[in-house]
Amino acid sequence: MITVLRLKTIFLITIVSIIIAPAVCRAEYDYIDITNPFLRKIPIAVPLFKNMSPDKTAAQAARPASDLLSDTLEFTGYFKMLDREAFFVDPQSESVSSVVNFHNWTGIGAELLITGQILVIDNLVEMELRLYDTFKEKLLVGKRYKGWLNDQRKMVRRFCSEVIFFLTGNRGFFNSEIAFISTGSGNKEVYISDFDGYNPRQVTDTKSITISPAWSSDGKWLAYTSYINGNPDLYIKNLKEKRGAVVAKKGINTTPSWVPGKFELAATLSFSGDPEIYLLTGTGKIIKRLTYTWGIDVSPTWSPDGKKMAFVSKRSGTPQIYIKNIESGRTERLTFIGHYNTQPSWSPQGDKIAYSSIDKGRGNIWVIGIDGNDPIQLTSDEGNSESPTWSPDGSLIAFSSTREGPSKIYVMTAYGTDHRRLLTLPGKQTEPKWSPSLINK
Amino acid sequence: MRKKMWIILALLFVIPGLLFTVSCAKKTVKDETVLQQQAEEEARIKAREAEQTERQRRMEEESLQEEARRKLAAAQERFLNEDIHFEFDRSDLLPEAQEILRWKAAWMQKNPNVQVTIEGHCDERGTSEYNLALGDRRANSAKSYLMDLGIYGSRLNTISYGEERPAEYGSNEEAWAKNRRAHLTLE
Repeated sequence: MITVLRLKTIFLITIVSIIIAPAVCRAEYDYIDITNPFLRKIPIAVPLFKNMSPDKTAAQAARPASDLLSDTLEFTGYFKMLDREAFFVDPQSESVSSVVNFHNWTGIGAELLITGQILVIDNLVEMELRLYDTFKEKLLVGKRYKGWLNDQRKMVRRFCSEVIFFLTGNRGFFNSEIAFISTGSGNKEVYISDFDGYNPRQVTDTKSITISPAWSSDGKWLAYTSYINGNPDLYIKNLKEKRGAVVAKKGINTTPSWVPGKFELAATLSFSGDPEIYLLTGTGKIIKRLTYTWGIDVSPTWSPDGKKMAFVSKRSGTPQIYIKNIESGRTERLTFIGHYNTQPSWSPQGDKIAYSSIDKGRGNIWVIGIDGNDPIQLTSDEGNSESPTWSPDGSLIAFSSTREGPSKIYVMTAYGTDHRRLLTLPGKQTEPKWSPSLINK
Repeated sequence: MRKKMWIILALLFVIPGLLFTVSCAKKTVKDETVLQQQAEEEARIKAREAEQTERQRRMEEESLQEEARRKLAAAQERFLNEDIHFEFDRSDLLPEAQEILRWKAAWMQKNPNVQVTIEGHCDERGTSEYNLALGDRRANSAKSYLMDLGIYGSRLNTISYGEERPAEYGSNEEAWAKNRRAHLTLE
């Protein structure tokens, strides 16, 4: 058993990144400019991987692996996936070692091409993946991965991460997860799935009402509010080690938001008789009070540098979003359109805040510059949309919506395009929270 | 003939005498039993009457108690079932809400040993995080009002359920109005 485990760790480490060809100078990411809202999707061809396995049954791995690669790339919203029916080439017949006939690909409009070959022996898999620019007829990224058959998904995701890094200069979100609340078990509990909705699992078993999950910036801690002991108390849990703290003061203990890079979090506590935002240590001790106005102050979110905090306040009569500069103590109102603006979420790039705005009883997702300029509505007339949360690279926004009936979780680009449902689970899913990129994933 | 006369005479005297003695003796005996019987009868009647009045008294008492109990139960029922309601996104008390709370405060004063929890609730509109805070404000504004009416704060706990526990399911103004409430329970 130990040897197996050891073997496994070795293989995990050696989900090898053998660079097949020296990558071209990465200074210019002229393929995808993620700051461009009118991004043109790049047509890309991902033909079936060539199967190199001697065993015929092992050959089954080629199709799911190539489908997974295709789906994972499509999830980013950057690509137009070309239909395999249109391909001139049968991957099985074309020798990968031989030169790619790029005209076959440019002929169907592909600007990028990913080829792969897969070798499965028993429980081990070896995968070689290459990204080509078909017009420049150039190999852009080439990697070879070895590991357990079960780790295929990891290999594919790592390659996708390489591809996106090459094309955008950003590692993407391929090792991130999404926490959310689901009622599937009959109670509201915290669940976590991979970024693409794969592998959803229930992480709390409170048999109570559990809401408001929040990731620490290292992805190791999750804070949430639960009524396990009758009152809405704040639970701070280490995800791996099952240790943590509880903040169980009189009144509500809720809407945690971790300070980036620190073992500290802001949360709303109402023990004073009024919901105010406090800064707490990761062990649940109050460091200081951050808001001082009578009435509701709730839902803090931090700028990536941890110097500013956006939050919801009713100080002007309706719920609006404000930004507090922690150092100077100055607070300014951010939103002026609409009478009900809540759930701010600060973008990972730091320049924007996503929030939900309710008008005529219906919620929609908006994005606004942190200077208050250019508020843009990203969803409309599609049920009630709430709880926006950014992918760690800032390219996507996940949110909940009732557009198909009971609340489910959806993903769209940060510009409001390419809406799709993240996952199908029984019950209602709400309050998605996208994790940071997890180093050990 | 004379002999016959004597016998008749003797009989004339003796028989009534006999009769007299007999009747005399009989009469005394009869009087005593009658008296006894009458006394017993009277006692029985009295006892029965006493019993009846007692029963009646008890019944009256019981029905009074029953009514008192019913009244108490009805009052408690009213205390528990009569929610106060709020306007959308508001936590200030409407006049009807204040009236209900005044009655509830009086009830609490008559029942000095009860501990009360005030639950704050919201309708499904609005976002869940904000509604949790709003429910907290609603519970606390009911609590402050009861304290202003002389109820000790130590007898009043608050809890917010936000939009998590609607009283009525449904997405219409009627259901929403019912769900925007503060509900009082006994501990």
